[in-house]
Amino acid sequence: MARFIERHPAWALIVIIAVAVLAWLVFAIWPPGLEAAIGRKRVFLNAVLNGITLGGLYFLVASGFTLIFGLMRNVNLAHGSLYLFGGYIGYAISTWTGSWILGFIIAFIAVALVGVILQLAVFRRMEGQDLRQTMVTIGLSIVFADLMLWVFGGDFYQVQTPSWLIGPVQLPLLTAIKSSGEPVYLQYPLVRLVIFLASVVIGIAMWLALNRTRIGMIVRAGVDDRDILAATGVRIQLVFVLVFALGAGLAGIAGVVGGTFQSLSPGEDTRFLLASLVVVIVGGMGSIPGAALGAVIIGLAEQLGSVYIPTYAIVVTFLIMVLVLALRPQGLLARR
Amino acid sequence: MLKSSLGLIALSSLLLSGTAFAQEKIKVGVTATLEGTYTVLGEDGMRGHQTALNVLGKKIGDKELEFIVASTDATPDSAVRAVRKLIEQDKVQILLSPLSGDEGIAVKNFAKTHPELTFVNAASGAQETTYVDPAPNFFRYNMDGAQWQVGLGKYAYETKGYRKIATVGEDYSFIYTQVFGLVLEFCGAGGQVTNRQWVPLGTKDFASVIAALPDDVDAIYLGLGGADAVNFLNQYQQAGGKAHLMGGSIMIDQTILSSKGSAKNALIGTIAASGQADTWEDPGWQKFVKAYQDSFPESKRFPSPSLLATNYYGSTMALILALRQVNGDLSNNQAKLKDALAKIEIDAPNGKIKLDANRQAIGTNFVTEVVDDGKGALFSKVVKVIPNVNQTLGYDPAVFAKIGLPSRTVPECKKY
Repeated sequence: MARFIERHPAWALIVIIAVAVLAWLVFAIWPPGLEAAIGRKRVFLNAVLNGITLGGLYFLVASGFTLIFGLMRNVNLAHGSLYLFGGYIGYAISTWTGSWILGFIIAFIAVALVGVILQLAVFRRMEGQDLRQTMVTIGLSIVFADLMLWVFGGDFYQVQTPSWLIGPVQLPLLTAIKSSGEPVYLQYPLVRLVIFLASVVIGIAMWLALNRTRIGMIVRAGVDDRDILAATGVRIQLVFVLVFALGAGLAGIAGVVGGTFQSLSPGEDTRFLLASLVVVIVGGMGSIPGAALGAVIIGLAEQLGSVYIPTYAIVVTFLIMVLVLALRPQGLLARR
Repeated sequence: MLKSSLGLIALSSLLLSGTAFAQEKIKVGVTATLEGTYTVLGEDGMRGHQTALNVLGKKIGDKELEFIVASTDATPDSAVRAVRKLIEQDKVQILLSPLSGDEGIAVKNFAKTHPELTFVNAASGAQETTYVDPAPNFFRYNMDGAQWQVGLGKYAYETKGYRKIATVGEDYSFIYTQVFGLVLEFCGAGGQVTNRQWVPLGTKDFASVIAALPDDVDAIYLGLGGADAVNFLNQYQQAGGKAHLMGGSIMIDQTILSSKGSAKNALIGTIAASGQADTWEDPGWQKFVKAYQDSFPESKRFPSPSLLATNYYGSTMALILALRQVNGDLSNNQAKLKDALAKIEIDAPNGKIKLDANRQAIGTNFVTEVVDDGKGALFSKVVKVIPNVNQTLGYDPAVFAKIGLPSRTVPECKKY
């Protein structure tokens, strides 16, 4: 941090001012002039929180994608199908057993198994051949999409939120003061907060596993140079299978999350594939912190865009991607 | 040598006899949104189409109808691509297309490049399709989005006592047309529409849109459909929303009312208007509902047909009846068929339908309210039936023309 300030004093100043302005926007009561100019504070706060929680969902999908890419250089374009498949499994299990949590566990296991099969049957056979892998996974994603359409139809499925998660909670953030002097606090959907916290926990756990454990060390070593790692006697194929299973399982969990606060239907697979592509391009291919940063940026851009510039909301995310590609093509947090 | 040429002769004679005995076919291309946000709508549309074939049969005199289906995703380019493929590759002679508003405008314009063919609109409901520069070979047997809102504004103002409302709608022509019909009538009665929010088709995360809904209104009008509507309701419930709701024609529809999950319960008591009502007692409607239910196993259909099924049924019915009137005669650039289609009056399940000079339907509209049948299934209950709704909504055509075309801001909230 101190080094960053020393090396880029101008940038540091801009960042500090931006953080201060944001903090003021979040905590202060807005003067009437500001409300007249950009709308009510409640709307702004909601958009920011929604952006961050949506970022949590994007992170879950994109982290698996980026993990697989980082270690194996596999561009798995069937990642969106894994997401949707996980969602459907979660729906089936949670309606069958009535347990939301069980839906997550089974979805993780089932999709991780699909990931293992993919790794063994497809990726191992064409190791290092990027173009072939890309084409095969595009083909697979189309086949999966049609299979799921066949089984589940075009209907919309929603994973039932458990009753203790339905409804809003009051957050200790002031949005306005009534004329009677009574403070008005922000109401926010509980389920989104829980899901966001869960994705933060998963993110931290992943970071710890990668940076503080032996297996994490092997994975990181594999990212840097897998030939040397294999030469030291590590069973690299086993590591590949494990990482692929984890990445796929995360997509499955994300599917259940997406099915809970949005919905599942044909077409969601490509939407989330695109979202995770944009997220990892912005954040940096292969970097977990990059995926987190990219996910929050894209989530915020989508939500703030849908409130303040609804007509161009769709363009904003791609504009960010274009800017990143133009100014820092390796992604914001990629290692050189 | 001799052997092989003999074989060839035998083979060709076989082929020749085959063509001689084969029935002459009339090829009809059908499009539906079987991909994307409106997948469920497209699927139920096709069920309505299939029901019509089950009821009416595929025989036209001594010819037989052959249907070729192509999928679209509610975008205009996908519709034109599908129609072009049906015409150029599959050589269809008649089109039953398309399903969604923007698609309708694009296909109507495309129809002008093939004046020799006949286009029967399947279900699309943007006003512009038949109101502005209509194509002479494009026929629409369903009403447009504005006609489908007739009665709702007055009912909300007079019976429900709503004075101020806000609208949320998908950002495309059909919903513009729906809001157009609503605003015209509601503001004409004296109400106010304070805020109109537009969201892109295919929006998944509505949380911020929900947060931006105004508090100081009596009701919120929802002009959403398909996956968008389900996502909105789900997140609306999670945010603890409690406002009175009003719904557009594809919002209060079996496509949403029978979705999986509990979000749809937010709609109980919602008032809406549409070209049909699930619980209408008219024998023709009941017969259609029965035919629809008998055509598919219970798990493969909705409890009651959606608006899309009804529209596809009506348009398929009109086409088959007109073809039978002319005995399948498609000579002279299908002139006889076009003539018959323009004049035909059909007894559709949702009331009598005839066409005006622009080949746009004049039909019956329904104001409805969502009720729970006690077993967890939701239906739209008839509140009011309004016959003979035309495209200018009862306005003098000159006055109507001055209002302008439906858009994000048209019409203004005032009495015209």
